[in-house]
Amino acid sequence: MINDRSRDIGPFVPADDDDMLICRCEEVTKGEIRRAVHEGMWTITEIRRYLRAGMGLCQGQTCSRLVKGIVAKELGVSPAELEPATSRVPMRPIEMRIFANEIKEGEEV
Amino acid sequence: MKRYDLIIVGAGPSGLSAAIEAAKRGLDVVVFDENKKPGGQLFKQIHKFFGSKEHRAKTRGFVIGKELLEEADKAGVKVELNAVVIGLYQDKEVVVKIGGGIKHFKGDSIIIATGAAENMVTFPGWTLPGVIGAGAAQTMINLHGVLPGKRVLMLGTGNVGLVVSFQLMQCGCEVAALADAAPRVGGYGVHAAKVARCGVPFYLSHTIVKAEGEDRVTGVTIAEVDKNFKFIPGTEKHFDVDTICLAVGLSPMSQLLKMAGCKMEDNPKRGGQVPLCDKYGRTSLPGVIAAGDVSGIEEASSAMIEGRMAGLIAAEYLGFMKKEELDSELEKLEKSLEELRQGMFAPKNRGKAVEKTDEGIDISENLLKKGYVADEEIERYPGVIHKIGVHPVIECTQNIPCNPCQDACPKGCISIGDNITSLPIAVNDSQCINCGMCVASCSGQAIFLVDEDCGGGFASVTLPYEFLPLPKEGTKGKALGRNGKPVCDAEVVSVKSMKAFDKTNLLTVKVPKEYAMKARFFKAEP
Amino acid sequence: MAERIKEHPILGAQEKGKPVDFFFDGKKISGYEGEPIAAALKAAGVMIHRYTQKQHKPRGIFCAIGRCTDCVMVVDGVPNVRTCITPLKAGMDIKTQYGASDKPFDEQGV
Repeated sequence: MINDRSRDIGPFVPADDDDMLICRCEEVTKGEIRRAVHEGMWTITEIRRYLRAGMGLCQGQTCSRLVKGIVAKELGVSPAELEPATSRVPMRPIEMRIFANEIKEGEEV
Repeated sequence: MKRYDLIIVGAGPSGLSAAIEAAKRGLDVVVFDENKKPGGQLFKQIHKFFGSKEHRAKTRGFVIGKELLEEADKAGVKVELNAVVIGLYQDKEVVVKIGGGIKHFKGDSIIIATGAAENMVTFPGWTLPGVIGAGAAQTMINLHGVLPGKRVLMLGTGNVGLVVSFQLMQCGCEVAALADAAPRVGGYGVHAAKVARCGVPFYLSHTIVKAEGEDRVTGVTIAEVDKNFKFIPGTEKHFDVDTICLAVGLSPMSQLLKMAGCKMEDNPKRGGQVPLCDKYGRTSLPGVIAAGDVSGIEEASSAMIEGRMAGLIAAEYLGFMKKEELDSELEKLEKSLEELRQGMFAPKNRGKAVEKTDEGIDISENLLKKGYVADEEIERYPGVIHKIGVHPVIECTQNIPCNPCQDACPKGCISIGDNITSLPIAVNDSQCINCGMCVASCSGQAIFLVDEDCGGGFASVTLPYEFLPLPKEGTKGKALGRNGKPVCDAEVVSVKSMKAFDKTNLLTVKVPKEYAMKARFFKAEP
Repeated sequence: MAERIKEHPILGAQEKGKPVDFFFDGKKISGYEGEPIAAALKAAGVMIHRYTQKQHKPRGIFCAIGRCTDCVMVVDGVPNVRTCITPLKAGMDIKTQYGASDKPFDEQGV
């Protein structure tokens, strides 16, 4: 059902709380997320790439559950049906100079 | 690339327990933890734990943490701190940030014990400084000795919300109110009761309308919600607070397992995204095991047992242990874990509205709606009895896995039986010697010693007291009822602080006879 | 330092590192060595750690365990430092972060 793109989810209907901030790092609002769903972004991965929600410093630690709930409601499905965003390295914010500094066995940290 | 028999991610209760069992069996183990201190959340837990003796009941969390570290040390467990695991690849390769660089390690087996993260809710103003997670408040007060604010509103009445509210009061914060969108208190009734008797109002079916303030929180408005969680106009209540704490549940931090390629599921009963695993924590990837909250939100006590299971499984997986030995060890641990998973708050009962105790007694409606058992409800529980002379009155009204009171009484005045979730019974023909061990041992602070007639028209009530300043003999004040409202004048006639009480002081107050079954807390005159 | 817990009924007097001075937006403040920067700031009454890039809204401590990254500041010239898990050292230069800079937005020309 999630991938049935022929399904009509209806038009975007503005709501009072559309300016509520959801992704605290990238400052993405509920309205932006809801609108994105109606623009065809049905997966969490698409929402992330399209709006950067969950792509900031914290990597979605705080908002991923909230974003999932909003997208699911807009699509009329249960949040459990939505695949969460891809988990990838690095799991925590890290400076590029550290990320690029690989220490081999035997070398000092 | 350095190779280990077992790499554990997370040095909390489950990770350390796993490391201990594996190291004891001869595995070369390393535990990585991103924090500068091991122990996970245990060192923030300053309340006495529930369970039975083998679960370390009536021991405070941070003490259990210390003991676990000592045990790990003895077993020769290597814990690498400030070591941030930033990736876990399919072939059990672990990428760790250590100092100013990145190191790769290979584990022949992996245990993921990364715990959980706090959930959040949104409302206008939720990003203002002063809106914090309940866990943040606990971290600030119990680890760093700094108050988050002076006056707090707590959103959420699960055990975290209740426990943190109490702990905030213990260090001098005022808790203005507890609110919860749910219609019933989510956590243990005994945790709620000890907050309510301090005078904190509970607002169930209420949630936050908005946080107020320009550049920091200066107040909050809550309002009642209907069955569909929509605000009911005209029900708004305002509180002047400088801090809003959010305690709205936890989600497993399972991203590393997903990254490694474990099969995952979204399971609301376990708190969200969890690995598909067998009952011992084996994931879909051979040699990758999950333990603790990462595989389903429970208590630290359960996490420690799950950790031990995971450590043993890793040992057997790598040939350090025979299958038969593993099976018999797992059976023992499983029995202990099952004990903790009983009662009305068991994971299997999550989301269910339990209306009667196992004994068939109605659950107090008032407890679920306001946080305390009403005077007219209390008499129906088997621990609440009347007799001549000093005797325990056990206000334990829900089936929770806990039985230290039964062992605490040297005279056998309290009985729970073999099923640790049964309600404690005050044994009628026993002789209480007024030692107070039961009062101090009750992790829920639900036991009182009452003498309904100690002469001169007075009754005495001995209650647990964990606040500062500690009143002295002769201190005058008011006795508060279960609802935290003053019921009568009271005078402290005895203060007992003993090592065996473990920081739970026993205050005996004298009140007019007719308040013997009503006076449950004491507030000194200002 | 009114917001520090002097004595705790369960934990007693809490162990602290040695007192040290540090700088917050150029102003000298004291704290304890090794405690998180955020704890020292909190004890000194500082609530605002940064202003956000887009909406220029104030943020402070939120999770206190290094997850949410809301408490980041510019520490010794390095932006995006999570102050809730970074230990305080004597003489540290800690600045309010505006977007990703220690310069207020008008100076950044935003």
